Amino acid sequence: MRAVCWEGVNKLSVEQIPDPEIRNEQDVVVRLLASTTCGSDLHLIGGYIPAMQAGDVIGHEFVGEVVEVGPGVRRHAVGDRVVVCSFIGCGRCWYCRNDLWSLCDNTNTNPGIGQALFGYETAGIFGYSHAMGGIRGSHAEYVRVPFADYGAFPVPEGVDDISALFASDSVPTGWMGADLGGVRPGDVVAVWGCGAVGQMAARAALLKGAERVIAIDRLPERLAMTERHIGAEVIDYTTTDVAAELRERTGGRGPDVCIEAVGMEAHGTGPDHVYDQVKHQLRLQTDRPTAVRQAIHACRKGGSVFVLGVFAGAVDKFPLGMVVNKGLTLRGAQMHGQRYIPMLLERIAKGEISTAHLATHTMSLDDAPRGYDMFKHKKDGCVRAVFRP
Amino acid sequence: MKNAARTALVLAGAGAGAAVLRRLVSPPSDPRRGERWMVVTVNRPPMDVLPEGRPPTPLDEFGDALEITVRPAPGDRGTELAARLRETPSAAETSLPSRLAGEDPRQEVRRALREAKSLLETGEVLRSDAPPTAREDTIGGRIVGAASRRSGGEGVL
Repeated sequence: MRAVCWEGVNKLSVEQIPDPEIRNEQDVVVRLLASTTCGSDLHLIGGYIPAMQAGDVIGHEFVGEVVEVGPGVRRHAVGDRVVVCSFIGCGRCWYCRNDLWSLCDNTNTNPGIGQALFGYETAGIFGYSHAMGGIRGSHAEYVRVPFADYGAFPVPEGVDDISALFASDSVPTGWMGADLGGVRPGDVVAVWGCGAVGQMAARAALLKGAERVIAIDRLPERLAMTERHIGAEVIDYTTTDVAAELRERTGGRGPDVCIEAVGMEAHGTGPDHVYDQVKHQLRLQTDRPTAVRQAIHACRKGGSVFVLGVFAGAVDKFPLGMVVNKGLTLRGAQMHGQRYIPMLLERIAKGEISTAHLATHTMSLDDAPRGYDMFKHKKDGCVRAVFRP
Repeated sequence: MKNAARTALVLAGAGAGAAVLRRLVSPPSDPRRGERWMVVTVNRPPMDVLPEGRPPTPLDEFGDALEITVRPAPGDRGTELAARLRETPSAAETSLPSRLAGEDPRQEVRRALREAKSLLETGEVLRSDAPPTAREDTIGGRIVGAASRRSGGEGVL
């Protein structure tokens, strides 16, 4: 089958690789219907995520049709159209039982690497480095799905493939930011980043009753999209002092909840961004926390900051003093998708969450390297490139 | 030349960063490392983890070479399953070269503990894809491949 493989830093190619097979009794194999780029892929393509191996199949956000079912699978049959959570959860360890699915104890096949990096390993994730299990990714004609009873969800009738696709990762990630960030009715919420995850975090905050949601980015087409499809206010950080603007819009208090949906390759305009870029390029820090710093600085006293963006290691000039002296709650997580996906598919079916607009460019798997180039450099207003087999 | 200089700079930076990070986060050498219990918490009650006193698969394959204990985990978190070799491995056996060569006897115990936990909780041990990657013919790929093969027996248990 054809698959999109990482071949080295900033090198992708479409390769012929063996078809996946049922390797565990609780696996299914799905035929790909659609798979999308994610901003977090850029970190591993760019060499910022460790433990990639030439030939690794990338991609983790996808929808497919079940074509083969292991003997231990109870909830799926051949022909089911399913959206698959990007993180793999066993469903029965303490973490899964407590809805902390991205921390599953049993799905990272390389626990020693994850423990060396983070102290404890994460759950396995499709197509995201051998530190996260080395499970083949979804940019391929067929994908093996372990523990499918817990990670694959039927797509409701009437929801098309592209709308369902984003329930695999972007929508639950955004929802989690608002949920675990503690958004309550009447809150003012600020979201850094108007990519797919940031937009979904903003939408989630509105659906959870936030009085005002303000999203921050620099790309005009993304800001316009966020206003139009999400219903949030926006700030262009290249033309506006974000902290001053947020103070003014919040009666001098600052946002109640600040959600960072940018990650380790953040951009900015000030000297701190230049500092971060230099240290990052010299590998003197593994991540650029520019947006996290802004969120911590802008947040009201006693407020909450949730880090949704992907970070891999250590950062410099982290404002711990602000966290302590303003009494902030700081939290982060990879996505506990299984906790939210069924509910989110229902909301997509009812039209409460719009996702199809995120798929700005649809193309064949064969064009994936071009799609990633467009996505990375935001060419032609690309928010997400979607690959069809 | 420009690329070579940049590469050298990046590598130097990476090396310095790694050294600093290692200095900051590495604990002092553990004098008890060979004799410590290796422990997993299994989300099952003790009677399922050690039925009639028998060790769970695959820990049962070690016979008398292992000491095994269980106790309830606090907060309704299941059962703490601990194992260690009756014969404490030597410093040479637990050294870095031995670990890299896959000859540290604790590695098989760690792997067995993880597999026992997964079998008890889910009924299976998740297997990697085959092949895990389209090719393994680069230097970096070989290093990652070797790390992956050792990974099940390494870590912080």
